[in-house]
Amino acid sequence: MSDDSPQPRRRGDPLWLKFGAPLLIGVLALGGWEALVTINEIPWYILPGPVAIAKTLVRDWHMLWPSLLGTLRVTVLALLVAVVGGFSLAVLFASARWIELSFFPYAVILQVTPIVAIAPLIIIYIDNLTIALLVCAWIVAFFPILSNTTIGLNSADHNLLDLMRLYGAKRWQVLRYIRIPGALPFFLGGLRISGGLALIGSIVAEFVAGGAGAGSGLAFRILEASYRLEIPRMYAALFLISATGILIFLFFTGLTNLLLRRWHESAIQREG
Amino acid sequence: MDPLVRLTGVAKRFPNGTLAVDHVDLAIETGSFVTLLGPSGCGKSTVLRMIAGLIQPSAGRIDRPGLPEAARHGGHPELGFVFQEPTLMPWASVADNVALPLKVAGYAKAEVKTRIDEAISMVGLEGFAHVYPRELSGGMKMRVSIARALVTRPKLLLMDEPFAALDEITRFKLNNDLLGLWQRLGWTVVFVTHSVFESVYLSNRILVMSARPGRIVTDVPIDAPYPRDDRFRVSDAYGDLCRVVSRHLHEAIAA
Repeated sequence: MSDDSPQPRRRGDPLWLKFGAPLLIGVLALGGWEALVTINEIPWYILPGPVAIAKTLVRDWHMLWPSLLGTLRVTVLALLVAVVGGFSLAVLFASARWIELSFFPYAVILQVTPIVAIAPLIIIYIDNLTIALLVCAWIVAFFPILSNTTIGLNSADHNLLDLMRLYGAKRWQVLRYIRIPGALPFFLGGLRISGGLALIGSIVAEFVAGGAGAGSGLAFRILEASYRLEIPRMYAALFLISATGILIFLFFTGLTNLLLRRWHESAIQREG
Repeated sequence: MDPLVRLTGVAKRFPNGTLAVDHVDLAIETGSFVTLLGPSGCGKSTVLRMIAGLIQPSAGRIDRPGLPEAARHGGHPELGFVFQEPTLMPWASVADNVALPLKVAGYAKAEVKTRIDEAISMVGLEGFAHVYPRELSGGMKMRVSIARALVTRPKLLLMDEPFAALDEITRFKLNNDLLGLWQRLGWTVVFVTHSVFESVYLSNRILVMSARPGRIVTDVPIDAPYPRDDRFRVSDAYGDLCRVVSRHLHEAIAA
């Protein structure tokens, strides 16, 4: 080929900057916190330092671990249902304009109504606690997937669509070969948001369930610990919730990069 | 002998009221290399899209006596279409991009494989089958686009300013390769461009169009023999033809 030279593959930020810099900030912040607590001799039952929280985490692991699993189970299930539901609904929306016009406003209403306000009703009507929590988490998680995927399915290259028409492609073939692969980056973007929202949804639902949600998950542990003024355990549970959120985010970021690294601008590593 | 495609009194008015094309009568002979030449907005792409069946004329008729009946869903898989942009699927490798028309038509896997290899080697992209479009240069992307258009072994290839976005060296090379393929495979080509030089170099017939509404004002035969190569590009004959066609184009713009 003597046309002109192909694009070189590109490399990314140096690792020390990517991981080292945020790590340094974290260590400084935690160190400062610990120093503050130690120097001012703040009692652990008012503001525990990171070390005390870590000790609590280890000591109470036998009760925190099942709670973590409970929260995680609801989050993951809600996300799964959100993916299946959001994606199928988006395909349905993209296949007929009238369906999109008729139903999209209701999806928006569901999204803009704060979940804390709906959750009490859901918990009253649905006897099974797990299912009630699941529904709450699903309501917040499914919208980003639905709305992003719908945009993605509708942003197919018009020339490619013309080409498919020229080849006499059937509707499902256009969907399968052009629209769905093109919507993948949008879908994954929605998934990344929904992952975090599913966790928030299940935590909120646990809080609303309150005493009725005994033993359900980490939010219940926080409530319980707050009644007993066990501040370190509240922090420990809070830490686990954050860590779960971070892990979910990292997981979907990794998944996105894995699926898009060969072709999409967002996942291509650049030089300089 | 019947022409491959015949347009009779074709006009196109868009829903916004613009009359893009009016009174187009045109017969495209099998095996010819016809160029629609005209200023931007003269409706040359519209004519091309009507020939492809992508848009319907608002008056007149288009017959395709030399082509099979429209396939299912009004498609014309026996036509190849190349756009100004390469219009590739960024998520698919070169081979998968080229395979698209065959997959849509439901060809068997083995046949798809043979045809892809054949098409890729015809456009000189051997060894790039598993590369993704973003890793290719503009000229190579256009080659993939051409490979995709010829993988169905079309009788008629429609090209809408395919090389307009490329640098001159790449364009010259692709011009030569396109002429080579045309002579070897016996296609009919309808080519759209606004470049006098490109149109004279490639075609054996140039239809000069004027704008608002788009009409064909002059039909210029280009009799220079094929094969044409870089010697033709610097010959006096080529210069004279370019002058003639240029004059027609200026008249068309002034009209």
